Amino acid sequence: MNTVPENLRYTRDHEWLSDEDVPAVGITAFAGDALGDIVYLELPAVGTSVTAGDPCGEVESTKSVSELYAPADGEIVEVNPAVADDPSLVNSDPYGQGWLFRLRLTGAPELLDAAEYAALIGAEGSR
Amino acid sequence: MSAVASPTAAHPCPERDTAGHDQPSARQTPLHGVHRGLGAVLTEFAGWTMPLRYGSETAEHHAVRRAAALFDLSHMGEIEVTGPGAAAMLDRALVGRLSAVGVGRARYTMLCAPDGGVLDDLIVYRLEEQRYLVVANAANTSVVSAALAERAAGFQAMVRDVSADWALLAVQGPRSADILRAVTGSDVDALRYYAIDPAVLAGTPVLLARTGYTGEDGFEVYCAPGDATAVWAAISAAGAGHGLVPAGLACRDTLRLEAGMPLYGHELTAGRTPFEAGLGRVAVLDKPFVGRDALHARAASGPAELLVGLLPAGRRAPRAGYAVLDPDTGDRIGTVTSGAPSPTLGRPIAMAYVPADRAAVGTVLAVDIRGSRDTVTVVELPFYRRPAGGHA
Repeated sequence: MNTVPENLRYTRDHEWLSDEDVPAVGITAFAGDALGDIVYLELPAVGTSVTAGDPCGEVESTKSVSELYAPADGEIVEVNPAVADDPSLVNSDPYGQGWLFRLRLTGAPELLDAAEYAALIGAEGSR
Repeated sequence: MSAVASPTAAHPCPERDTAGHDQPSARQTPLHGVHRGLGAVLTEFAGWTMPLRYGSETAEHHAVRRAAALFDLSHMGEIEVTGPGAAAMLDRALVGRLSAVGVGRARYTMLCAPDGGVLDDLIVYRLEEQRYLVVANAANTSVVSAALAERAAGFQAMVRDVSADWALLAVQGPRSADILRAVTGSDVDALRYYAIDPAVLAGTPVLLARTGYTGEDGFEVYCAPGDATAVWAAISAAGAGHGLVPAGLACRDTLRLEAGMPLYGHELTAGRTPFEAGLGRVAVLDKPFVGRDALHARAASGPAELLVGLLPAGRRAPRAGYAVLDPDTGDRIGTVTSGAPSPTLGRPIAMAYVPADRAAVGTVLAVDIRGSRDTVTVVELPFYRRPAGGHA
């Protein structure tokens, strides 16, 4: 049901990173579908240092609130103002206009490729 | 992601069942196959597998406010009370005066414990002079059925749980009358708010009631389980041109919250009387009934806590179970019972129990939202009232 773009890398917490020197980070379509309509995002401020796996924000939908985890060690260098204004972009365009922030990596993160992530959500989907 | 605000039992986490697979332990309504076919996200609610949403729950919410939506509510419990003593028995068993309800009319009422605690809130239809249909929340059906059977002792009345005999569909929204008119051929405009009448829909006999739980005009359709699929299909077809969409429990919750309507397990519990919930008017204290003495005392003393509406200043929603705080001292003074981002208002709303002396409209309080102290203001309920000029 969910297509997993080949050109991105993924975390087990359902975030994606673009294949750039300073990657954009977002939430996968699978996670967006599971959360329902996202109405509020609390994103880390520019300049914040984050540690892989630690909470760095919140994603609030009609029915639930979830933590947003830093996908890798690094520093937040840019936050997407459009998605802060209109969090529904996470649902409508998760891999495009729905990106959350850009992260300057300080290490080499352990990430999944598209096939690995597709296998992960395939397993969760049939759980 | 992991949920940090754990959804309550009444509102299960949508992530649990995104694949829509069946919970082997949960019961399925007669419309289960229809929901699967529509690609519904299913959830377990009160022991039933129910549609949480079909697509966007926000879009389903707006459809109810602006056009119409179709719900499967077959999980609700139906209990029939019949016999020459049925009216007298219900007067004794429930807080309201059901003997005064005319045939073909409905009443919102409650079943209370001897201590005045609410065991369930109910819609009771008088179908015939000596035949009532009591509609209970799914989770409470067996409690209500058992309590009514026990309270029927000494009355010429029979109490029967007939939940398995009924499927229940709801059509809610400003276009529902147009849709029901088209699909039944009945004069639905003559059916008043809180009235019920036999009708024919999709060639089968149904009971058509002008009731609902969304704050909009709407209808509830009771039919035989074997007819539910045909009734659903007929309403869907007739509604297509009116913007009708199928809708799940997620938007049902935000709709009733905007309308300031209580949900059992949240605003109403065995630890609360109707008076704290602002529903003391449903208790008819000048007749004997189980719980009257306790409720009489509560009416005289006034409740120590009251249910209020809260409007947060910020964009984060207080959720059920969060602490309401004194904004100056930070002391816990109350508890949020329900809260969510309101699709209609475009901002979060909540209901909470607070001390009676902090319940005045305009009072500034705070809510602990996951560790931060967010300012909220007590506001009048409901948050949303449908535009005047509509039905009832």
